[in-house]
Amino acid sequence: MRYEAPESLEGAVALLASAKDARVLAGGTDLLVQMRADVLDPELIVDIKKIPETRAVTEEKGGWRIGAAVTGAELKEHPRLKKVWPGVIEAANLIGSTQVQGRATMGGNLCNGSPAADSVPALIAAGAVATLVGPKGKRDLPVEDVMLGPRKLALEKGEIVASFFLPPRPARSSDAYLRFIPRTEMDIAVVGAGVSLTVDGAGIVTAARVSLGAVAARVLLVAEAAQAIVGSRLDAAAQERLEAAARAVCRPIDDKRGTTEFRIQVAGVLARRAALIALDRARSN
Amino acid sequence: MAKHHIEATVNGDAVEFLCETEETLLDVLRDTLNLTGSKEGCASGDCGACSVMLDGRLVCSCLVLGCEVSGRQVETIEGMAKGESLHPLQQQFLKSAALQCGICTPGVLVASKALLERSPDPTETEVRYWLAGNLCRCTGYDKIVSAVMDAAATMRKG
Amino acid sequence: MTETNGHANGQSNGHPQGFVGTRQIRPDGVDKVTGRARFGADFNLPGQLIGRVLRSPHAHARIVSIDTSKAEALPGVKAVITREDFADQPSEFIPAGEMMMNYKDVVRNVMAREKALYEGHAVAAVAATSTAIARRALKLIDVKYEVLPHVIDVVEAMRPDAPLLHDDLFTVGVEPKPEKPSNIAKRVEIKVGDVEAGFKKADLIVEREFKTAPVHQGYIEPHAALATVSEDGSTELWTTTQGHFIVRAHCARLLGLDMGKVRVTATEIGGGFGGKTVVYLEPLAIALSRKAKRAVKMVMSREEVFKASGPTSGATVRVKMGATRDGKFVAAFAELKYQAGAFQGSPVQPGTMCAYAPYDIEHVHVIGYDVVSNRPKVAAYRAPGAPISEYAVESVVDEIAKKLGLDPIELRMMNAAHEGTKAAYGPKFGPIGLEATLNSIKKTEHWNTPLRKWQGRGVASGFWFNIGGETSVSLTVNEDGTISLMAGTPDIGGLRAALTSVVADELGVPYEKVRPIIGDTGSLGFNFLTGGSRSAFSGSMAIVEAAKQIKNELIARACKLWEAKPDQVEFKDGAVRPLGALAEKVKPMTIAEFAKISGKLGGPIGGVGRINAQGAGPSFGTHLVDLEVDPETGRTTILRYTVAQDAGRALHPAYVEGQFQGGAVQGIGWALNEEYIYGEDGKLQNAGFLDYRMPVASDVPMIDAILVEVGNPKHPYGVRGVGETPIVPPLGAIANAMESATGIRFTELPMSPPKVLKALKEQGRNKA
Repeated sequence: MRYEAPESLEGAVALLASAKDARVLAGGTDLLVQMRADVLDPELIVDIKKIPETRAVTEEKGGWRIGAAVTGAELKEHPRLKKVWPGVIEAANLIGSTQVQGRATMGGNLCNGSPAADSVPALIAAGAVATLVGPKGKRDLPVEDVMLGPRKLALEKGEIVASFFLPPRPARSSDAYLRFIPRTEMDIAVVGAGVSLTVDGAGIVTAARVSLGAVAARVLLVAEAAQAIVGSRLDAAAQERLEAAARAVCRPIDDKRGTTEFRIQVAGVLARRAALIALDRARSN
Repeated sequence: MAKHHIEATVNGDAVEFLCETEETLLDVLRDTLNLTGSKEGCASGDCGACSVMLDGRLVCSCLVLGCEVSGRQVETIEGMAKGESLHPLQQQFLKSAALQCGICTPGVLVASKALLERSPDPTETEVRYWLAGNLCRCTGYDKIVSAVMDAAATMRKG
Repeated sequence: MTETNGHANGQSNGHPQGFVGTRQIRPDGVDKVTGRARFGADFNLPGQLIGRVLRSPHAHARIVSIDTSKAEALPGVKAVITREDFADQPSEFIPAGEMMMNYKDVVRNVMAREKALYEGHAVAAVAATSTAIARRALKLIDVKYEVLPHVIDVVEAMRPDAPLLHDDLFTVGVEPKPEKPSNIAKRVEIKVGDVEAGFKKADLIVEREFKTAPVHQGYIEPHAALATVSEDGSTELWTTTQGHFIVRAHCARLLGLDMGKVRVTATEIGGGFGGKTVVYLEPLAIALSRKAKRAVKMVMSREEVFKASGPTSGATVRVKMGATRDGKFVAAFAELKYQAGAFQGSPVQPGTMCAYAPYDIEHVHVIGYDVVSNRPKVAAYRAPGAPISEYAVESVVDEIAKKLGLDPIELRMMNAAHEGTKAAYGPKFGPIGLEATLNSIKKTEHWNTPLRKWQGRGVASGFWFNIGGETSVSLTVNEDGTISLMAGTPDIGGLRAALTSVVADELGVPYEKVRPIIGDTGSLGFNFLTGGSRSAFSGSMAIVEAAKQIKNELIARACKLWEAKPDQVEFKDGAVRPLGALAEKVKPMTIAEFAKISGKLGGPIGGVGRINAQGAGPSFGTHLVDLEVDPETGRTTILRYTVAQDAGRALHPAYVEGQFQGGAVQGIGWALNEEYIYGEDGKLQNAGFLDYRMPVASDVPMIDAILVEVGNPKHPYGVRGVGETPIVPPLGAIANAMESATGIRFTELPMSPPKVLKALKEQGRNKA
């Protein structure tokens, strides 16, 4: 098994394109576990942490560009990100433990291809766009189009996620991410809900995005759930519509972490609760 | 396949070692550098018994490859005491009986030290959530949390 | 908080008040907080090989053939073993502490013979020059299996048409003796009075059926063993174990070795809770080392710990209790079905005995079934069997309280066993602390704090017998007057601190002048394992014996030296002191002064305590818990928890409190989230800490510990074992609190969110 740590995106792409079975190493919190469990046995590991674009957090065109290999802990310590995107930051910092957050990255969380990934619903709700770099060059893909199914990505051979772009925020906007786990920490999300919204001066929701994780084969962007609350003050009726819309799109599995009926029921509850938190934050922004 | 030749700093000392690609930092610490204070409880980042500091960041050493620490600073439990002086956390754990079998203790101490360096006056809730990645099966966490808060108070007094 | 009431005889048994009962720094503490302490996997020998085990991927299969030739040919592989390397063992039941075992089963659990009986069952093992080569070698072993239908659930396994695990297992304890084999190994029963007559006198009868899932002890340190066998068969073994003398006995038997040739060292142990009282890797490591003629080190992965070391039973329990409208229990029946895993030996017997032990009931009838199924062989887990049966009983007691409109503590007080009560399982209780613990809970601020909506409060009591057993210690006075204590029961959580205090007080020397170690099997007489809450109880008793010998020896030497008679001297506060007129002629002489001239007075000074400790007193506990349920998700948060338990006399209060707190949190995990989850294929789906959900620090509050001390009159210090009782009440207390919070009686554990939400939704109450 070879290990390379290229210092440029082109170098990483060339290495990934050349080997038959190569894996990207960012935080390693999924890759190393799968290697130890004999699920993966790559011939080449490409460590991307020496590539500056994957590690930078910069303001860009009024929005934020976050490198794919920035850790959750680093995101939490950034002086300004938490104020603009509290939902994204809290999602990234729910992954695993303090130790795991010291290494885990949003790029890895997305590319591990688990529909239960914590940071993905928050990124999708935020309208984040992934910038991919590959043998054919650069392209952008909305995050909701990157994960196609469990362990199935829309990446071509040799392509990696280099960074995420979070769009500029209108005033009175905020987001929130909630997940359901049976304990208080350390569990994989049984349901994850990310909501991002904007309100006007009168308290009416003018824009919203709702994303659900762990309730289908991929992380869902739920347009109907957003429609349910846009134009409302998130009153009781709007909340009920939101819950119903969230539940309607769920196609979860029955597994050791939760039953189908449980996931469907809780998806509605979390979508509502996340929306209320986002609303509360947006009003004070 | 030739092994990687790595130079790093461990507990302030320059070290060099050889490792295979798939060897974790935990494997290297325990099997190559003979620093067995960090423990393997699960090898999957779920128990925290292998906690170390990597460039000042609390991590699970079972989730870091040996070859990733080239040129980096690693701090393990073995570096926590300074000569004959135990760190206030170590002293408090002894006074408060905050350990029973002791297998989780190195990881808990490394993690607690990382917390207090960032947050010298944590609440009980902050301590519990920070240490959520350190499993203990013996103590029920009560005396561990008390010890961390008492040590924090001692350290704040200077 | 310590409350000493009732019989506090332990406090003035002629022992000076010194270190016993105070919170000393444990002697092994510095090594544990610096990472210096050496646990099982921390031992290495030069030139050692790494051993790894090939395990069955099937829950039930005949092993048709095993071809190890390709593995043996792999460069770096120095030995491969299979069932061929272990002689078969005849069927023979041997007491193993709180359970019985049979070597015919042990040899098959250590290495499968005719069949693989659970996923994870050891089928072969290799020793190689590196872990990587060992893992590769396992892949080269070709095992031909004939897969058989499997059975997991205990009730399914009891059916006459269930897949049969052993064709020579005929149920013991039923009449007439069965002609056909089955999966029911044993039926046990205790009977007092006539329950049918008793039920006729009841104004209220409550009958419920409960179900629990297997849970693992969850020790953070995986099993580890390091063995080296010389050409003449002498064997040295380092292993993380609760009983190195037991390990020696098992290995000697399984490998045909003289016990005297096997020297076992118990390393520091990272948790056991009963799960490290049996052998898994040790016989394999020795067999590999014998074959390879090199040291062999073996460590289990976390997945192997879950799949191949014994959890405790899952069970189905039916309870029927009758009470008068005033709350007097008049009749109690229970039927327990416990699954034992692949080989017989579930803790159904102690489960049967403990079920109603806290109560004085005229008519009691408990039946228990020990049932095998295709899961790992169960091992002891802290008060084995009792948490399960007492969960069921305490739930029904709570229901009786609710239906009769009685306070749950008052109801228990009314029926509590006390001194003189004859327990349904046989003995008459001496002084016991159940009522004291109930009173302690009643007086707490916790009990009197109001609750809010969706919050609930539950109380439950529990019991464990505790045992004594064979114990050997050695006390040596060194030439400078310091004292060396060698005990033989591995220290799983503060034992050395407690024993050091006892030595210091017995001999009147400072705590720091006593150094304890846990000796290996070559250095001491037989010690039964650390379990049954016995090590502090028995160890301190043996120390008193050993100290007596030293004191008597010093008195004899003083008499010789001073030409005095024994009634002219006494041993007190670390010295032999002249009495009366003699005091004008000679000065007292300390232990250190005697030690300095020991050669001149007859030789080295020491004492040995070799006892079969009797008189273990049961420990009763009562737990109180407040919790809150989120009705929209079914998630439970533990808000507050108080434990009151009778320790007899706490040799080291902090480590006794630690036992209370640790057992309570294990109970919280068992009640709310822990369970073995199997697929249709009989394979374990959650063999890791991610999905086997043990409580983390943020899941629990502080656990208030109230130390009750009702002295055990049969122990020189009044000590009772404390380690196991703490895990017995939590299941019932939490289930009762859930009923209080939701109005729903949960009869299946764990009470995980999907189950709770489903129950609330069925009543249309899943709203805030």
